[in-house]
Amino acid sequence: MSIQTVCALLTLVAILALSAVVLRVRILAQEGHDYAPVQGNAYRIRAIGFWILVLVGLPISIWLFRENPYTVQATAPQVINATGYQWYWDLDRSEVAAGAPVEFRVTSADVNHGFGIYDPTGELVAQTQAMPGYINRLTHVFETPGNYQVLCLEYCGLVHHAMITEIVVTEGTTNG
Amino acid sequence: MADATYTQGRVATADRGRLWVVLYLATTGLVLLLMMLAGLWMRLAQSGWLYTDPALFYELMTVHGTGMVGIAALGGAAVLWHFLSAYVRLNAWVMGANFALFLIGVVAILVAEFIGGFGGGWTFLYPLPAISQDVWPAWAAAMHMGGLLVIGVGFLIWCLELARAIIATYGGLGRGLGWHVLFRGSTQNVPPPTVVAATMVTIVTTLALIAGAAVLVMSLVNLAFPAVEINPLLAKNLIYFFGHTFINATIYMGVAVVYELLPRITGRPWKTSKVFLAAWTLSTTMVLIIFPHHLMMDFAMPIWAMVIGQIFSYVNSFPVLIVTGLGALAILHRSGIRWDMVSTLLLTSVFGWMAGVIPAVIDATVVVNSVMHNTLWVPGHFHFYLLLGLLPMIFAFMIYLARDEDVTPRGGDLMAILYLAFGLTFVTMFLVGGWASVPRRWAEHLPEWQIWDQIAVIMASGVITLATIFVAMFLVRMPAMLRAR
Repeated sequence: MSIQTVCALLTLVAILALSAVVLRVRILAQEGHDYAPVQGNAYRIRAIGFWILVLVGLPISIWLFRENPYTVQATAPQVINATGYQWYWDLDRSEVAAGAPVEFRVTSADVNHGFGIYDPTGELVAQTQAMPGYINRLTHVFETPGNYQVLCLEYCGLVHHAMITEIVVTEGTTNG
Repeated sequence: MADATYTQGRVATADRGRLWVVLYLATTGLVLLLMMLAGLWMRLAQSGWLYTDPALFYELMTVHGTGMVGIAALGGAAVLWHFLSAYVRLNAWVMGANFALFLIGVVAILVAEFIGGFGGGWTFLYPLPAISQDVWPAWAAAMHMGGLLVIGVGFLIWCLELARAIIATYGGLGRGLGWHVLFRGSTQNVPPPTVVAATMVTIVTTLALIAGAAVLVMSLVNLAFPAVEINPLLAKNLIYFFGHTFINATIYMGVAVVYELLPRITGRPWKTSKVFLAAWTLSTTMVLIIFPHHLMMDFAMPIWAMVIGQIFSYVNSFPVLIVTGLGALAILHRSGIRWDMVSTLLLTSVFGWMAGVIPAVIDATVVVNSVMHNTLWVPGHFHFYLLLGLLPMIFAFMIYLARDEDVTPRGGDLMAILYLAFGLTFVTMFLVGGWASVPRRWAEHLPEWQIWDQIAVIMASGVITLATIFVAMFLVRMPAMLRAR
């Protein structure tokens, strides 16, 4: 299951749960009760919610940070130098092999662009910003051969939506 | 924990800027509807139902984003000013000055966009305003950013007036945040929730506006003298610090209507407890430091900033979810009220704010951001808490004023429920677009994405119809409100 699908399901479940609570409040609001017991319950729920957020959510958030794109492998066997221009991508190679890390060295010659890699099914699999004056190094392993597209993901002017190029991922090994 | 209790006592608020509050709201309503139509036009273009030249699309996008941020602040300012007036003495001329500067800025921005053809986005991300491949002239970029600067100066004056009034009444901004209660256990001069919110707003907005003004001036200098360059990463940090903080502050302005009206509607007090004060101090800090979650795909950023962006964005959800959100639900629960338009809009706003936090926190996780950043997931989450959080607060406030500040339930709430239904489906289409990896800010969409756009168009039409009714309910009562001031 993709990260996008996990996120969508998580969001759906959480919002449905919240909706159920809000709906219950709406239905029961028309019954008049003393505030003190309601408030006491709310304080208990608040305390439980707080400790769940701290003891469960916070460790998960910290644990998830280990999966970050900032640590670049020292020797990626394949390297693509990519430069964004208004409104096209300049790649020094457009073919790589599946199964081995590819290091993208991404920059821009003019304004900010976004270097978004889409797999053959149209799913975004990795990205980094292309910024003038900086080289962002993104390492990605293509697991499946096919034609991948690079779409611009940072608004860069009139032809932003057509700033697309292609990377061919082949089976087997390719010289770096 | 001992609570220092403030019980809501006042009913009607005789604010000295009433004329301006009404004008702010009228302007908010009218500009809102125009901006919604611009948004509808963009979704029509993306859906394939209405061909739109990309240059026009990006002008509309720039106007829509800039205009919505502007009226979010204008509407939020009206709400906060009105209720804060009950506790501190505010100078009404500041509202007038801010309004005048706002209108000057709006005219400049409209000229820049529709005559100059500027389409650099509301984020004016350096160096795009200066480098458009001659799509727009430098004067248009200068006029757009100059207009923003003028508007920012107006809101800065407005914030400083709030700060002055709070300091004069409570003895300092720390006391406005209730630190004497929180840290020293005092029970004297306890700030009510609205004052606490106003103190937070004035602190964070002032800092945001200074950063925004700095980067705007730097960008203007760069436009005039291209040899004077800015570090793009510094510019991006300043822009997102400004943009993130300013737009977040608008909902913290608007929440005053929840704090003030729910106690009046239910007859239950909203307590200024130590937990409440701690939550607002936490929010004050967090809102200022979590903006790096907008820069997670800038790998040149220091890794500690990314840690802050992820971990503290998550922590920042605590005050919204378990203090303001839960507090509002507790006040309503078994309160014996009869639902009407105002109370249902307030409940909607609490739901919208709480629910909007969920996709936002998820996207602020680096591993997710890598495949969700700058997809439609992002407008999904911010439309969630602007369309279903902030706007229902402003609509509730409009209707409350139109009803002469009488919270006695009257009429039904069908329109508020329909607004929620249309709005929820509309924002869901953005989130679905994010799930499907659709990039944001694209003038043209691929055919396989357009089904979500087409559903969004239908839902947006419903939202606009209902928003028009809410605004009209306010506008028809405007002459009477002005006569009664």
